[in-house]
Amino acid sequence: MPSTRDIRRRIKSVKNTAQITKAMQMVASSKMRKAQLAALAGRPYAKLMNRVLADVSHGAADFTHPLMEKRDSKKRCVLLVSSDKGLCGALNSNLTREAFKFDKDTTVFVCAGKKGAQFVARNKRNLAAEFTYKDAPLFAEARAISKFVQDLFLKGEVDSVEVLYTNFISTLVQKPDNLPLLPVGELKGVQAGLDGEETSVALEKSGVEFQFEPGADKVLGALLPHYLNFQVYQILLEAKASEQSSRMVAMKNATDNAKQLIKDLTLEYNKLRQANITKELLEITTAQMALG
Amino acid sequence: MATLKLEIVTPEAKIYSEDVDMVTLPGVEGEMGIFPMHVPLMTQLAAGEVSVRKDGQDFFLAVGEGFVEITGDQVSILTDMAIKAENIDEAKAEEARKRAETRLTEKLDDEEVANVNAALAHSLAQLKVKRRGR
Repeated sequence: MPSTRDIRRRIKSVKNTAQITKAMQMVASSKMRKAQLAALAGRPYAKLMNRVLADVSHGAADFTHPLMEKRDSKKRCVLLVSSDKGLCGALNSNLTREAFKFDKDTTVFVCAGKKGAQFVARNKRNLAAEFTYKDAPLFAEARAISKFVQDLFLKGEVDSVEVLYTNFISTLVQKPDNLPLLPVGELKGVQAGLDGEETSVALEKSGVEFQFEPGADKVLGALLPHYLNFQVYQILLEAKASEQSSRMVAMKNATDNAKQLIKDLTLEYNKLRQANITKELLEITTAQMALG
Repeated sequence: MATLKLEIVTPEAKIYSEDVDMVTLPGVEGEMGIFPMHVPLMTQLAAGEVSVRKDGQDFFLAVGEGFVEITGDQVSILTDMAIKAENIDEAKAEEARKRAETRLTEKLDDEEVANVNAALAHSLAQLKVKRRGR
């Protein structure tokens, strides 16, 4: 039977924990909003890029580029986009469960985020590189990652590149998703923003006939890496928003549980206190009766 | 007089969107000035300086590599980086340039050289814009 002091101590410690989880919940929700806003800020860029893509690909009909070359998929590269920190629910374990499905010998991992890299190291998979990205991902960070996987592909070290990341469907639902990145198949429009909708839009050609400098195929060739960079950037933002919203939900649950625990402990504490008082009263009256 | 609608967007934000009289920008095949009613043109943008004339006044932006779409009444610039002259931190850009230059003297593989060169082009573009007219 714990003493009242023990229970009081427990209540205090649970209260402290609840305070921390509550604070983390608030921080995560504001960071999630930021990531969502950043994804929306990419919208004008995506729109313009789609327009350029549409016009350019129309101008260069049978265009080929090394990044579009289809090869037999012997070796593949998986870009694993995870979080840096834990305490975000099942997010990372869902990702690693998917990552387990890839064949050990023919898969090379490129990781963005520490948790993914830890998984790869722990399971003795092949790790080609590890990148970090901040809470507010920068385009420069996305460009570095995208450049690295493009180089792997162009050098022939891998025959295809896929991205494994957490798709932001809504604040409550995030799903690990597998997206082929390279070789670039049919050119589709990109869409910015985290609506959980279809991320690609059809390309529509504008009515204007453009001149190209230095030539449609050259422009398209230069556009392709930018197109991939932007895609990786959007994926990073999406993964970040997923991480933060997942953390927000996990921390909300933790806070609720702590509150429930405090309630139960307080009840137990009061019961014990009352029992003690009754016992003392009994003792006093018995003593008095014995004396009287 | 007809005006051009100039739009400059990066993946992170829309930097600029206004009606202007003339735009001068660094294309990969040389500098070009664009007036309203320009023939529709699409071209690659090199890192450098974009100068904008509006109501008889010129002002400048530093841009990174990217693409330009020109229609008769609109110029849309799609780039990695775009900073207005007044927002450029000269000391920071200078420091970035020095860092990039020392990195170039070290032994690097091709990929790193490309990255450093891009960074160098960015900081040089910023410095050029900031130091003009001195």
